[in-house]
Amino acid sequence: MRPFTYDRADAVPAALRAAGSGASSYLAGGTTLLDLMKLDVMRPERVVDITPLASRLGGIEAGPQGLRLGALAHMSAVADDAMVRRDYPVIAESLALAASGQLRNMATLGGNVLQRTRCNYFRDVSYAACNKRRPGSGCSALDGVTRLHAVLGTSEHCIASYPGDFAQALLALDGTVELEGPQGPRRIPFAELHRLPGDTPHLETTLAPGELITGFGVPPLPWARRSVYLKVRDRESYAFAVASAAVALDLDGGRVREARIALGGVATRPWRAREAEAVLAGQVLDEAAAQRAAEAAFRDARTHGDNDFKPELGRRTLVRALFQAQRLGA
Amino acid sequence: MPDTMIGQSPIRIDGRAKVTGAARYPSDVVVPNPAWAFLVTSAIALGRITAIEEAEARAVPGVLEILTHRNMRGTVRDAGFFAAGGYAAETIRPLEDDRIWHDGQIVAMVLADSFEAAREAAFRLRVDYAAVTPAAGFGSASATTEPAAKARQGHEDPQVGDADAAFAAAPVKIEADYATPTQHHNPIELFTTTALWEGGKLVIHEPSQYVTGIRHGVATQLGLDPQQVRVESHYVGGAFGSKGSLTQRTALVAIAARRLGRPVKLVPTRDQGFTIATYRAETRQHVKLAADRDGKLQALVHEGTEVTSRPDPYKVAGTQTTARMYDCPNVRTKVTLLHADRNTPGFMRSPPEVPYMFALESAVDELAVALKLDPIELRRRNDSKKEPIKGLPWSSRGLMRCYEAGAEAFGWSRRNPEPRSMREGDWLIGWGCASTIYPTHIGAATARVTLTPDGQARVQTAAHDIGTGAYTVIAQAAAEMLGLPLEKVQVALGDSDLPPAPVAGGSNTTASVCNVVAEACGQIRARLARAAVEDGPLKGRDPASLKLVSGELRAADGTAEALPEAMSRAANGAIEAYAEYLPQGMPKESMRKLYSGKQALGGGIAEGPLAMAAFGAEFVEVRVHARTAEVRVPRVLGAFAAGRIVNPRTARSQLMGGLIWGIGSALHEETEIDHGRARYVNDNILEYLIPVNADAPKVEVMLLEETDTGVNPLGIKGLGELGNVGTNAAIANAVFHATGRRARELPIRIESLL
Repeated sequence: MRPFTYDRADAVPAALRAAGSGASSYLAGGTTLLDLMKLDVMRPERVVDITPLASRLGGIEAGPQGLRLGALAHMSAVADDAMVRRDYPVIAESLALAASGQLRNMATLGGNVLQRTRCNYFRDVSYAACNKRRPGSGCSALDGVTRLHAVLGTSEHCIASYPGDFAQALLALDGTVELEGPQGPRRIPFAELHRLPGDTPHLETTLAPGELITGFGVPPLPWARRSVYLKVRDRESYAFAVASAAVALDLDGGRVREARIALGGVATRPWRAREAEAVLAGQVLDEAAAQRAAEAAFRDARTHGDNDFKPELGRRTLVRALFQAQRLGA
Repeated sequence: MPDTMIGQSPIRIDGRAKVTGAARYPSDVVVPNPAWAFLVTSAIALGRITAIEEAEARAVPGVLEILTHRNMRGTVRDAGFFAAGGYAAETIRPLEDDRIWHDGQIVAMVLADSFEAAREAAFRLRVDYAAVTPAAGFGSASATTEPAAKARQGHEDPQVGDADAAFAAAPVKIEADYATPTQHHNPIELFTTTALWEGGKLVIHEPSQYVTGIRHGVATQLGLDPQQVRVESHYVGGAFGSKGSLTQRTALVAIAARRLGRPVKLVPTRDQGFTIATYRAETRQHVKLAADRDGKLQALVHEGTEVTSRPDPYKVAGTQTTARMYDCPNVRTKVTLLHADRNTPGFMRSPPEVPYMFALESAVDELAVALKLDPIELRRRNDSKKEPIKGLPWSSRGLMRCYEAGAEAFGWSRRNPEPRSMREGDWLIGWGCASTIYPTHIGAATARVTLTPDGQARVQTAAHDIGTGAYTVIAQAAAEMLGLPLEKVQVALGDSDLPPAPVAGGSNTTASVCNVVAEACGQIRARLARAAVEDGPLKGRDPASLKLVSGELRAADGTAEALPEAMSRAANGAIEAYAEYLPQGMPKESMRKLYSGKQALGGGIAEGPLAMAAFGAEFVEVRVHARTAEVRVPRVLGAFAAGRIVNPRTARSQLMGGLIWGIGSALHEETEIDHGRARYVNDNILEYLIPVNADAPKVEVMLLEETDTGVNPLGIKGLGELGNVGTNAAIANAVFHATGRRARELPIRIESLL
């Protein structure tokens, strides 16, 4: 860890002022930032502790206008919220299946969606080549161990996977992100928060320098009660997804009116599978339809050796999630 | 108080200290005004250091010194490879030159006034390399192989009869290749070292399984008299073999402390632990197994290749065990070492048995399928009274009793042998079993026992409690032999200034140390008895007939003298006994080796005159998702016969921990290696997976009674490494039963079954 300036802000404007637009990082739960500072991967010159904002930015509000989640709400609080569990099970499940109990008690939603990749070549500075860490230096993962790397949304510059779970739930439900920044407040679709790596994998989000996530919105969606988050992983708890699927279904008898699908563990960013949704619209959800949707979701997958199995696992995960959602009483 | 303490289940005598934080682990030791060390390790696996740019690092406020090969060359002397009569886990001398032998080799040690400054300076130290394409292991072009028999003096590949001819002629046979992965121990207590010089004496606090070995090894490296070195390790926060031999860091910290003239404390990082200590190397194995139509074994061929480092011929050679497991008239085995540009492997819980018994017990299950025979029945038909290679009789062999008891408790008779026949919803259910074995090792040991006039006993020996319960079982042995309640016994361990005891390895500690403590207590009893028969209530009795029971010296008819009176008759104050225990059949030089910190365990199944081992049968239920192929283990059960159980509570914990480790070994654990760069990739405990509680919901341990006075006077067989031997194969066999797919490569992960 390198020396840094520590500030503590008790109001949003103060936080924005403290962060300025330089090499600053906001500190909330710290479960990503502190790890990466100790590994010398992140080297902020200024750390702005925003935990005092929790009283204002930690709320969970569910009502006719939909769901609003404060950026500083803890993962565990949202996962355990009775309204969220009833009306938006995909959100509650995505949070409950993430990390460990200790981490969920510390980590906040805002930090969670900004969690950095677990690519080991990114997290270990002894690898000289990492375009995410050192733009233009190359990508060590391309010919390295890639079991947990992405197969969707990759580029020749970066194949690191997005590690989180909650983001898939937000994405599937057409969530929004509320921001405050030097240029004032704004709200964007969650789908516009994360970038594809392309040839600038060091730019992971569309946040402006110094911009702060203050909350998330989810529009009212009665049939979101029929939603699931299925996480396939190597052990029963406390492991990243090898593949995951967030699914919400609007069913008319056996027929799909509308399906929402987002995929995790397999893509460079939270991944909305609109092609799969389109395949299902108006169809009877049976094995054949589910398989066609899964095929569509992974049509553009590109693998790198160790992760050759991921498109197949991803398809199976999606099919299983679709049927799991279908079985739910809405 | 019960008349006997051995066999009771008292809670751990150190338990309260541990759960309240009073127990001081070596990493916890506070020393005055320490300098802090932080390691810099190599970013390549093979090549040379071409430049070290120190200016930026030295400019960090608080930095005191940076040790590199440039200022250390020739400083640390050769301590020798432990397996060749030396002390060190590897033969590469620390910071000796610019050569890089493996990923993560120590290339510099930064010393500063604070941990933070040392770490920051380490980040700012620039090391440039000239890299050469390394061999990572199997499949690497520049890896070289040599037979173990050539690489290691004294290695013999067990064989008997003509296995190839018998295999060719047999009517039922299987032949298969198996693979086991690289594994790292990842003990929670990191590989820390704290060193300070007190006058001319070097004191080292380091979590260790062999304080006497570290003492002598460091003395050799630094050119000191061993009496000038003291190593303390009173508690150990996990070891599993990784803290059994001397690693590079210890001498570096000691030298740093001498150069700076102040104590030095090193706390390496979790990922550095993957490369500055040892690990379980990957293996590839080929097995041929043949039987007649009744399932009587006719031939076993077991060939294994193991990865080791470029300079050191480390081997585990589990064929020594698999060749002897069943009654088979024709056996051929061979072990080959594959040298790659890796750090030297080392002990990891049941080093030979875990990889090699996975292959054998999988093959036995495959043969049972080929024979259409229940796998337990196949083992029954090949049970034996003698091991087949030399014909040594088993001192006792509880294998089939374990199968019977385990099968009954598990409900094995309800198993439909047809693969894919058991299912619950989307989950395929499989039941599997496998044998477990661990050779009964024992070593020369010494101990001092002091009985004070107030009826307190103090036991001192340089043995180790690595979390196993050694403090408690040793106290039980002394309490039993001296007729004292447990709370009157104090035990001191983990200090090289105490009488030497063996490495805490090979599951020998309970047998070796309890026997020597019993001997020391016997000396005290004899001295009390000799005095008691001179006068008083026991006058004229045969001293050999008097026993220490419930705080008195007692004759067979109940006549007794209370301990204080007996004490005062025999001595003015305390009575002290120093005992040396040389196990039956071990050469006398074993005792001399012990005093010089060398590793010299005996016993086991190959040396004779008896073949000595603990046995068990392990049963698992697996569930495999029909679509996404995750494997889960809702229950596991092990039945074990391991001689006299000194403390069923701590024994159960050892075996339960072993079974849980076995689940991880079969399904989770693998150090992933970047093949082109020969570097460990998932070097943290979030991505190096081990089971969490939810992965082991139901773990049952059955301890069967077994009396075996052939192994040692107290009838004790070690069991610390027994639990995790059979689990790999039991799970793989259950996965076959669930899915019809035979997984011959560990760990069994989703992609193995898609």
